[in-house]
Amino acid sequence: MYAWMWHKLPGPLPAKLFEAVVALAAIVLLLFTVVFPWLEPRLPFNDVTVDEGSSASPSPGAS
Amino acid sequence: MRSVVRGIGEVLITLGALLLLMCVYQLWWTNVVSAQAIATGREEITQGWRQAGPTPTAAPSGAATATVEQPSYGKGFALLYIPRLRDKVWGLPILQGTGKEVLAQGAGHYRDTAMPGEIGNFAIAAHRSTHDEPFANFPDLQSGDKVYVQTKSAWYVYTLRKDDPNLSPSDVWVVDPVPGQPGATPTRRLLTMTTCTPRYGSTGRWAWWGELTATSPTSGPPPDGITGTA
Repeated sequence: MYAWMWHKLPGPLPAKLFEAVVALAAIVLLLFTVVFPWLEPRLPFNDVTVDEGSSASPSPGAS
Repeated sequence: MRSVVRGIGEVLITLGALLLLMCVYQLWWTNVVSAQAIATGREEITQGWRQAGPTPTAAPSGAATATVEQPSYGKGFALLYIPRLRDKVWGLPILQGTGKEVLAQGAGHYRDTAMPGEIGNFAIAAHRSTHDEPFANFPDLQSGDKVYVQTKSAWYVYTLRKDDPNLSPSDVWVVDPVPGQPGATPTRRLLTMTTCTPRYGSTGRWAWWGELTATSPTSGPPPDGITGTA
């Protein structure tokens, strides 16, 4: 998989390296700004409230 | 055959890298984002107080207080100061509601519990890990510690009385108007703070209860124990 991607990157070695780093940075940025913030409230981590046991109920709040 | 095995290996390595990144996000990046949101929120709250003109009505003198209207969901309406947790809880915004997007910006007020200073139970929750972890040192709190809540009109000083570190997430009675006595008519002005336990976990809850012991107008000097506030 990664070997295939490496072959597909155009240009000489320095260009390939640069492209790979940029692609990696873009993926990490996407993860940190979109994917993880979306995913996090859906995971049963770090619940601090008392409620009826439902963890991922953002808007109704809890009481 | 060999390429299939290699492909599976690469997928597994990728998944491992994703999980590691998720940990970095949770344990580090949420703190960065929330610290900023908290600073911005604090600024907005104090600015809102200034813009809405001078304090409309004097602070409640401890006698009968009219029922305060509940703020809209997600709105910051008070600042929290806890000397024992001074590193993190010094002008921490208290926002209406306890959804996760609210708790990422400060402490959350359990909706429809009493407002600061009201008769009943003013109940809030905050993170003990991740999202700037305001209640990171929750276990350091001791009976007798002061908790200051500043609103537009008044400073409310609560004194902590007791805690319970072995609660379950379903123990909703802890935020009842009279904790432990469902349906009872409240006569005292209580405070409840909840967070998770163990730290980095979600299996249990830790609560501290306190009672209002002093009130003074925001327009006047800050109460003893508070100096150098915004």
